[in-house]
Amino acid sequence: MDPNLKRSIILDNYEDTTNRKDIEDKKYIKHNSRNISCIDNINLYIKITNNTIEDIKFNGEACVISIATTSIMSKLLKGKTIEQAIKIIKNYNNMIEEKEYDSKLLEEANVFNDIYKQPNRIKCATLTWNGLLEELTKYQNGIHN
Amino acid sequence: MNREDFPMLKHEIVYFDNGATTLKPNAVKEAINDYYENYSANAHRGDYKISNIVDEKYEQTRTKVKQLINAKEDSEIVFTSGTTDSLNLIVNGYFKQNLKKDDEVLITYSEHASNILPWFILAKEIGIKVKYIELDQNYEVTIENVEKVITPKTKVISLAHITNVISDVRPIKSISQLAHKNNILLVVDAAQSIAHTKIDVTDMDIDFLAFSAHKMYGPTGIGVMYAKYKLLDKMQPRNYGGGMNAVFTKDGYIELREIPTRLEAGTPNIEGVIGLSAAIDYINKIGIDKIHKYEQELKKYLLEQLNQLDFVEIYNKKAQGSSVAFNIKNVFAQDTSIYLDKYNICIRAGNHCAKILNEATKINNTCRIVLSFYNTKEEIDLLINVLKNIKNIWNEIL
Repeated sequence: MDPNLKRSIILDNYEDTTNRKDIEDKKYIKHNSRNISCIDNINLYIKITNNTIEDIKFNGEACVISIATTSIMSKLLKGKTIEQAIKIIKNYNNMIEEKEYDSKLLEEANVFNDIYKQPNRIKCATLTWNGLLEELTKYQNGIHN
Repeated sequence: MNREDFPMLKHEIVYFDNGATTLKPNAVKEAINDYYENYSANAHRGDYKISNIVDEKYEQTRTKVKQLINAKEDSEIVFTSGTTDSLNLIVNGYFKQNLKKDDEVLITYSEHASNILPWFILAKEIGIKVKYIELDQNYEVTIENVEKVITPKTKVISLAHITNVISDVRPIKSISQLAHKNNILLVVDAAQSIAHTKIDVTDMDIDFLAFSAHKMYGPTGIGVMYAKYKLLDKMQPRNYGGGMNAVFTKDGYIELREIPTRLEAGTPNIEGVIGLSAAIDYINKIGIDKIHKYEQELKKYLLEQLNQLDFVEIYNKKAQGSSVAFNIKNVFAQDTSIYLDKYNICIRAGNHCAKILNEATKINNTCRIVLSFYNTKEEIDLLINVLKNIKNIWNEIL
């Protein structure tokens, strides 16, 4: 992908406020990223109905990569079943770790396909994806039911 | 000044993260090498010559530390692994035994985690109360605000000499006078001040002091805890084992060694102590007053230059320490720091372990520059030029 196109997708998502808001609704599962990052502080709000991610919202203070990737994730995984979402997250993580992955599943998230070149940003790129994965796994194990 | 002494500076970096750790001069590296190459033996153990050299160097360092901070006795100096270790030893080795339920400890929102969390844990363990001295509009401690929170139950005031984000210099001497008038003990975290200004524990009448070698051009993993002899003598060792016992018998009878040996169980960090010794010599050779004066000039220049950039917000303009905390408007601190890194300018972004400072400042993350004597006006000019092109940030970091 052309670096300029990548940059504009990242910045568009950084500025996109569609899913960037705090949610009080108790039907949403809340997840905070603070426990694994000293600086990025993002709240994720996940609404799951009938094994499907009905909505993802997020808010907080974080770097451009963290915010942009969370925005992309929130749009990409909306409407997906838990299983589909977990599959996409695993493919995303494989991409970040330079392993084999299916780029067709990742759509705009492909903009981070060379983030491995900046090791100090890998955590920024994966923080909320792994936070979501944790909550989805908990959901599968019945912890959120 | 003295840039040629620092091998790291040959890598063409601009190193402004001196609050996290300082670079090390050749003299420190060479002293540690010398130990491993020429007299590598344990301390306090052997009857052979090289072991005696270790003993001598080890104890000479204690004397050098005593002189550095103007303590009265060598025995008031205890080697630890760093400031965190020293503060934990002070809290757990002394105060856990000497405070009781409802006794009050005064700290502030701008303390580093290592001067907050040990007190929180002690509060949970024995029921002491942690109270906060209010910060003024510049996030500084005034003697009036200290006075305001003192009650008959206040037993300890525990403060950084210079804080690690705001970089305000606390009026330690006045605070200690006030404390002692009220039978309160004073703990001072000198992590951010020891390399920048003179500390005189006798003149300032400090009861406990903590600092690390690595923030004063020495190696990591070694630090100092100072306490007045009469307090140190009542301190409980946290480790029991070799070196610190005088006698023990099969029925459990134990007699411990004298202070400070009984607080340094096990083989000490000998290379660390030797590195610290070289770092003290190095600082003394330049002179702490000269360092202080130069860093103050540089800080003034940095502030003047940053002030000219209307997109820079500075949070500690009034502070007297050698650091500046700032943000670029509408740019997250970490993004600024990654942008500067593209030009090999090293700064720190984040909350700097002062996680409750935001209660006072309402700002969660900042960029922090802490200056050292090896920094230059030319480096500041480079920083300013790079910041002037901040509009390129996304092209540079994405």
